[in-house]
Amino acid sequence: MAGLWNGLILADELTTPDLTADDVRHIAALTRLGLSDDEVETMRGQLSSILKVFESLQQVDTEGVEPTGHTTEVRTVLREDEAAESLQRDGILKNAPESEAGYVKVRPILG
Amino acid sequence: MVNSEATNGSDLTRLTAHEAQEFLTSGKVSSVELTEAVLARVDELEPQIHSYINVTREEALAAARTADEARSDGKDKGPLAGIPVMVKDNLSTEGVPTTAGSKILLGYTPPYDAHVVSQLRSGGAVIIGKGNLDEFAMGSSTEYSAFGATRNPWDTDRVPGGSSGGPAAGVAASECFISLGSDTGGSIRQPAALCGIVGMKPTYGLVSRYGLIAFGSSLDQIGPFSRDVRDTADTLSVISGHDRRDSTSINAPGQDFASVLTGDITGMRLGIPCEYLVDGMEPGVTAAFEKSLETLEAMGATVEEVSLPLTDQALAVYYIIAPSEASANLARFDGFKYGNAVNDVPTAWDVMDQTREKGFGSEVKRRILIGAYALSAGYYDAYYKKAQQVRTLIIREFAQTFEKFDALVTPTSPTVAFMAGERMDDPVAMYLSDVCTIPVNIAGLPAISVPGGMSEGLPVGLQFIGPQMGDGTVLKVAHAYEQATEWHRFKPTL
Repeated sequence: MAGLWNGLILADELTTPDLTADDVRHIAALTRLGLSDDEVETMRGQLSSILKVFESLQQVDTEGVEPTGHTTEVRTVLREDEAAESLQRDGILKNAPESEAGYVKVRPILG
Repeated sequence: MVNSEATNGSDLTRLTAHEAQEFLTSGKVSSVELTEAVLARVDELEPQIHSYINVTREEALAAARTADEARSDGKDKGPLAGIPVMVKDNLSTEGVPTTAGSKILLGYTPPYDAHVVSQLRSGGAVIIGKGNLDEFAMGSSTEYSAFGATRNPWDTDRVPGGSSGGPAAGVAASECFISLGSDTGGSIRQPAALCGIVGMKPTYGLVSRYGLIAFGSSLDQIGPFSRDVRDTADTLSVISGHDRRDSTSINAPGQDFASVLTGDITGMRLGIPCEYLVDGMEPGVTAAFEKSLETLEAMGATVEEVSLPLTDQALAVYYIIAPSEASANLARFDGFKYGNAVNDVPTAWDVMDQTREKGFGSEVKRRILIGAYALSAGYYDAYYKKAQQVRTLIIREFAQTFEKFDALVTPTSPTVAFMAGERMDDPVAMYLSDVCTIPVNIAGLPAISVPGGMSEGLPVGLQFIGPQMGDGTVLKVAHAYEQATEWHRFKPTL
């Protein structure tokens, strides 16, 4: 059905190479996302076909065009540095899987 | 259809919120009675529809009693006082679990209310529960919820759309009067269309996102679902306005959006972007759309075709920007601060890897990986930066178009509600569900979907798009169209 949508996907003209399993494992490691071998293979195929959808952007001339991050004109918003009530520590800590002495407890990071 | 004798049972639950408000004001019913009628309806229909992840029965009845007391004390709290509403489960509710449709947040109870939830509470609304959604609002069918799919009240073999499928199906099935959803690429408008109700995405920044569990922060916006445009206007008046806790919140005075609903659109200039009438559009959708254009012309509006050539690139821009922002936003789910963690492992790295592997569903993983790829060294310029540049061009293209037109009119979705399971294994086909709604989020514009016809017994949505801060304009034209047609009176037979 995808081919029905005119202009979005031109199956015969695609040049983006498919991702390899190592590509998928590399991105997964960057995002701290464990994946099983089956998931790596499924994602490899699906991500490759999604990346092909992005090819249509290369046809657009963006020379000298500023990128847009946000659509509002809002600039950096400042406020007076005044003390005010904030969230209570108990409400936050009770959501942490482990906490001790008023802190979130984390497994060893080194070693 | 509602008549004035409808003061009990399921007839009560089918009223619009402003009709129910008249019943409350005149003393025909109390908020407790209204809430009990809605809860009975929820008990009856939830096995079929599953629009709620969590029904907060006791809290709702307590809020209804408070609303009744305030009323008997003569306190006027506005259009939502005593009215049962649902909020999507990615909106934080103090003391009530909030899952965003994900297993990774099981056990999480927010210590604060989202801004819109505070606004509802101070307006006296009765929150019935939390609405189902695609996990982290990523999807177009509500089949990616970790807590089971929602079904369409018009045909329970079909999807309600998504990601706000629970809030849309709940309003359509009279399991609440009003609901709130979030819309990152169509997640309010597309399910509103597929469920035959009204759904609106306001101008980016009009409604504070404080307490909304973030998906794509530069695209996300909260908005209402309702059974007519008047209720959407009233709800928007309650939830909009400046909030210092969201740095993108527009600092403008509050508005009474119901005041613009005059019913008169004589001389309004409406543009029809031809690129939205895609080749794969169903004939029934096209036919309904053409009939709607005739109606709008007969009402005194001018209707003229216009070209927005960058529409074809909008889908690609969206599927780079939204996953990129999502991959950053979802980094906070690391297994240390909240929710469901895998903790019986040696190191912090193992906690992160395994918590995220077991906690996230497949669609969320796909988007995190796509986003991380688009942002990664060597690809950033070709994908993320390029998408942001094309975003600038899309914004300019809309701005130029709105010099000549007051609003644009399009179908909301190229198809009516599709069958459950139909697009589950084909992410690209699922993404194409949002081809008519995505450009609006890229440019931060306001847009509304209203019932605009029927095709083979299923509702068709009509979308009006306005310029930035043109929320009043889209409400006005949508309301006038609604009043001139009967489509909003068609109800599922549940």
